[in-house]
Amino acid sequence: MENIKVKEVDNVVVLFAGDSGDGMQLTGTLFSNISAVIGNEISTFPDFPAEIRAPQGTLGGVSGFQVHIGSSKVYTPGDEADVFVAMNPAALKVNIKKVKKGGAIIFDEDSFQEKDLEKAGFTTENPFTELGVSETITLIPTQLTTLTQKSLEGYGMDGKAVLRSKNMFALGLVCWLFNRPLEKAEYFLQNKFKRKPTVLEANIKVLNDGYNYGNNLHLSVPTYTIERSGDTVPGKYTSISGNTATAYGLIAAAEKAELELFLGSYPITPASDIMQELALRRDLGVKVMQCEDEIAGVATAVGASYAGCLAATSTSGPGLALKSEAIGLAVMAELPLVIVDVMRGGPSTGMPTKTEQTDLLQALHGRNGESPVVVIAPSTPDDCFHYTYMASKIALEHATPVIVLSDAFIGNGTSLWKLPKLAELPEIKPNYVPADYKNYTAGSRDEETKARYWAIPGTEGFMYRNGGLEKDYVKGSISSNPTNHAKMVAARAEKVKNVEQNIPDLEIYGNENADLLVVGWGSTKGHLMGAVSNLISKGKNVAMAHFNYINPLPKNTEEVLKKFKKIVVCELNSGQFAGYLRAQIDGIDVLKYNKIQGQPFTVSELEEHFELILK
Amino acid sequence: MEATKIRYTAKDFKSDQQVRWCPGCGDYAIINSLQKTMAELGVPPHETVVISGIGCSSRLPYYIGTYGFHTIHGRGAAIATGVKVANPKLTVWQITGDGDCLAIGGNHFIHSVRRNIDINILLFNNQIYGLTKGQYSPTSYKGQVTKSSPYGTIEEPFRPAELTFGARGNFFGRLLDVDLKNAQKVMLAATKHKGAAVIECLVNCVIFNDGAHGWLAEKNLRPDKIVFLEHGKPMIYGVNRDKGLILENGRLKAVKIGENGIKESDILVHDAQNPNPTLHWELAMMQGPEMPIAMGIIRDVPAETYNDALDAQIAEVKAKSKIKCFDDLVDNLEQWEL
Repeated sequence: MENIKVKEVDNVVVLFAGDSGDGMQLTGTLFSNISAVIGNEISTFPDFPAEIRAPQGTLGGVSGFQVHIGSSKVYTPGDEADVFVAMNPAALKVNIKKVKKGGAIIFDEDSFQEKDLEKAGFTTENPFTELGVSETITLIPTQLTTLTQKSLEGYGMDGKAVLRSKNMFALGLVCWLFNRPLEKAEYFLQNKFKRKPTVLEANIKVLNDGYNYGNNLHLSVPTYTIERSGDTVPGKYTSISGNTATAYGLIAAAEKAELELFLGSYPITPASDIMQELALRRDLGVKVMQCEDEIAGVATAVGASYAGCLAATSTSGPGLALKSEAIGLAVMAELPLVIVDVMRGGPSTGMPTKTEQTDLLQALHGRNGESPVVVIAPSTPDDCFHYTYMASKIALEHATPVIVLSDAFIGNGTSLWKLPKLAELPEIKPNYVPADYKNYTAGSRDEETKARYWAIPGTEGFMYRNGGLEKDYVKGSISSNPTNHAKMVAARAEKVKNVEQNIPDLEIYGNENADLLVVGWGSTKGHLMGAVSNLISKGKNVAMAHFNYINPLPKNTEEVLKKFKKIVVCELNSGQFAGYLRAQIDGIDVLKYNKIQGQPFTVSELEEHFELILK
Repeated sequence: MEATKIRYTAKDFKSDQQVRWCPGCGDYAIINSLQKTMAELGVPPHETVVISGIGCSSRLPYYIGTYGFHTIHGRGAAIATGVKVANPKLTVWQITGDGDCLAIGGNHFIHSVRRNIDINILLFNNQIYGLTKGQYSPTSYKGQVTKSSPYGTIEEPFRPAELTFGARGNFFGRLLDVDLKNAQKVMLAATKHKGAAVIECLVNCVIFNDGAHGWLAEKNLRPDKIVFLEHGKPMIYGVNRDKGLILENGRLKAVKIGENGIKESDILVHDAQNPNPTLHWELAMMQGPEMPIAMGIIRDVPAETYNDALDAQIAEVKAKSKIKCFDDLVDNLEQWEL
């Protein structure tokens, strides 16, 4: 072996960015999967534009994929990149702030010509100087286009097809840089291009040439090794996105409950993957309807729930707004229903591909009348499975709509998922009307939990009329009696409150006497955890409590929060959860830390802020 | 053991709720016809579901002794779709009005018809909003004076038949509230049709639009004003059964048998099963006084339903796939041991 430096690191962040047609999502996914296979922890963050193909080479068309790999627990896709692969000047300009001091930029020299620079709005010949790129950053110019063309000479492919392979050259080079074995990459490519042998062959050739290029030229950079993670529980794993995990949670819950699964939905970014994943599963009998609109998506689901399915609808913020009235019907008719909102930047059409937590109050209160629903928010791509499963369980056992608040960050992002077995998952016992029940009506309920009994059409002896009009508590018939209405409103609220009996208590990470309690909910967990554990290792007295169950809150919420003198609630909105906590817990005071940029928190900005308020 | 088919009567389809429409409302006649049709059809009450939206007619599920669901304004078609797709064994009726179906619910209506969901849609058309007390509806005639159009409407109305055909519907029937015998015939034909069956029920609103179909109401003169269409039967009508329809230069024409050399054999025979809807459209659009109004079963073309196609596709994919359960699904993912 020649004298090449090999740096051993705990974790590394790699960012791939290029035109939306450059195949950056595939490159990033392959790189993270290869890393997962060889035993690293992974967390990914795809960041792409709403435009499918914006004009080539422009800032609006830049598509990025960030991967964080580690030899110990990785909480987030990382704040800053150690290595940045820039396919063109636009990608460089958009992402330059995300490159770490002392990091490296691999860029396609061939795509940094005068015309390319102009398209990205550079006015000088040297984009790096123009952007003020730190001198600590190593620049690795590579003729990706030319080298790819040479690699595929004699393959008889047209110029366009050849250019499409240059992402594989970049991947090969990065695999060399991080000592990733190529046979793993080839394995994933074989699965991906099973039916296109020529494309497969070409991609593998370019991939190898990219690797060898790095190996032979001894680029003036060290290569890295990242040890296998010791934090992972042994077992079988895959890499999963939050949206796929959500779909699988519904499938598992339906099978556990011995029910057919029905999804009524309408395409919307960033939630469509859930519908598409379930549409593939005709083999499991999943009934997916792509409806005429968002309202029909939820309305067909309400119908399917009435008829005895585990029924769900998937959407994002604008769709949730349209579904409000039908969710209110499910509240009034007391039917089980799972509504998944993969939140994006708002209001209105907002920023469809960007992430935010701004639908919280809409989920909690966005309906007419007193209409409580259960609200649950997963934290990571892989736990979308668990929380969607639990949402289904709660919906079926408590006869209530449940809203799952995922978001673009975890919906599109991926993490490692330890493969479950159906037998290991908690039982689901839908709240069916007991077979010997007499005089069943729309008002018949379990008096202890207040959950309405579910009778399925087709069953003899339980014919009943349900509906959106207020019902008599005893007879289930239409009633506008004033005291009866008050009693019904209370019963529906009590039913949802009762769910707290079946959810885990709020846990504290860190010291109960900490000077500061960091509070978050949903997808910000990784960043908050990263910041809090960094501060703890610096000797700061900080603790953290994270919420996945939003309504109802865990039973011990008040008790936990009141232990701390200083609480900061961090969220990607203007303070919706902070306001909700103040309304739920008398006399509680909290500080707020908010970000509304369509981007997740960074660990460093959180750390910095916490240190400031600790002073 | 041989199962004995239970014979039902209309009483088996009544609920214990007191019917609360205005005295003289056309809806009373429709619910009677519906309950008789349900009895004759013989599907047990517990396998029958009645779904409605919002409006006077949409109160109907409360009065029927089957499974019922009174939902929200305009969404009945989508909810009925969900019920039928979830459990195709159920017989599903959708009860809707001209506002519920054609204004707020227009989108769901055309798409349930296009998809050919096997539901029976009873569209109560009284050309007015009754429950909100007298505003014009999408079927109110142009110029109609109502509470919200004090100077007359300035909008062209929808014709439900045109919408149905435009949405590629395969069944369209029309009935008159007070014509009980023929109403049952149309409803029964709708239940026998596999797919979305649209029945336009011409109903009277005694309070806000009395006499909307008044010129058809008088029993003695009615035979001169309507032609009742049934597949395979000649288009003959009239008090003396001496009037009929012929095609002249490609257009429908009302004629009298025995006049101008017209013989009974010259009269058109109704082909409700013709996939080409051109003549069905012409028939459905006929207006008085020179032409009769077409009632009965105007279009009844067999076609594959969405729910059958979905079940067939599920069966086909299931047969080919090695993934039979959740554990199989997980086992077949790209995975690695850590």
